[in-house]
Amino acid sequence: MYDIIIVGAGPAGLTAAIYGQRAAKKVLVLEAKSYGGQIINTLDIENYPAEAHVSGFDFATKLYNQAKELGAEIKFEKVLEIRDFGEKKEVETGKEKYTAKTVILTTGSKNRKLGLAGEDELTGKGISYCATCDGAFYKKKKVAVVGGGNTALGDALYLADVAEKVYLIHRRDEFRGEEAVVEQLKKRENVELIYNSQVTKLVSEGKLTGLEVTDKEGKTQKIKVDGLFIAIGRIPENDAFSELIELDAAGYVVAGEDCRTNVPGIFVAGDNRAKEVRQLVTATSDGAVAATAAVKYLRMV
Amino acid sequence: MAITEINKDNYSAEVLESEKPVLVDFYADWCGPCRMIRPTLEEIAEENDKVKIVSVNIEDGEELAEKYEVSSIPCLVLFKDGKEEQRSVGLVVKEEIEKMIGGE
Repeated sequence: MYDIIIVGAGPAGLTAAIYGQRAAKKVLVLEAKSYGGQIINTLDIENYPAEAHVSGFDFATKLYNQAKELGAEIKFEKVLEIRDFGEKKEVETGKEKYTAKTVILTTGSKNRKLGLAGEDELTGKGISYCATCDGAFYKKKKVAVVGGGNTALGDALYLADVAEKVYLIHRRDEFRGEEAVVEQLKKRENVELIYNSQVTKLVSEGKLTGLEVTDKEGKTQKIKVDGLFIAIGRIPENDAFSELIELDAAGYVVAGEDCRTNVPGIFVAGDNRAKEVRQLVTATSDGAVAATAAVKYLRMV
Repeated sequence: MAITEINKDNYSAEVLESEKPVLVDFYADWCGPCRMIRPTLEEIAEENDKVKIVSVNIEDGEELAEKYEVSSIPCLVLFKDGKEEQRSVGLVVKEEIEKMIGGE
């Protein structure tokens, strides 16, 4: 039996593993895909204390190696279900059943999709969720960004340097993201802001060729684009524990800054927790808090 | 077998005319998920000799990326007898890649 099973090997999970190992606990980290979580998509991290510039991949790799060197066991298996038997928790993956005294959920979040027909088939054929990854494919081409937050604004600004034309489509009449970035976008000649509108159809011929955009009044226009960048937010990956753990309406795990869930012995850390600020530094911070809370709990059982 | 870096000059010889199936890894240095996949591909290249694995840096091989309509990376394309058989886009795990190259 493990002392702590951590579900997810992103910044929150790996930090929790470091704290767990340093408290001399037996720690297992289970990860469905690869270590690092979504930070590996970030080209250059500029806001992590004492790291003026570091690539997301390098950051994740350093963190992974640090956890490994401290002795954390890390397995690449997808967690399908967690069962609570009081002082014992059972964690089932596609391969194995593991038991632990405590569990820390650090499953993060995934891209929210538009939910339009053809979206999955066209992903990689004109549709992308990562402008810094795929922007380079659209040199001198026409692209659209959909969304209204900081990610959408940042994507549009990034693409304005690369593409011939950038449409930024937002369903409201003002952006949620930073005003300074909106002002920068307005100054760009190749950026066109389309307010009060939603993408209602994807037009394709083997790959994406255009969009149908509908405004609040129901008026539809067709736009020719080679690429569509979807930045309409993220959804927490808590589906596997929705029966066991209290989630809020948006699907985030309900827990305060102490990272305790409604189930004793189960903690949450990182982007899948209900909270205000979702940043790399708050994810690692959650990891430390959750592991410390788990260690404290272990002393009592 | 190690992963060979190829370009448009030897693409035909290395991929289209290969007797073995070829898995082409379209990548870029600035792409985190591409760097994440690389050790997995190296492992598979060591373990599996039924398939040849090659890589195309999309910044040097822009024409190839365009020709094969690669617009999102990491992108793995499996060629058999010179024809595209399967493709995967985004971060995938070892089992998924093995399924892709093992599938008849």
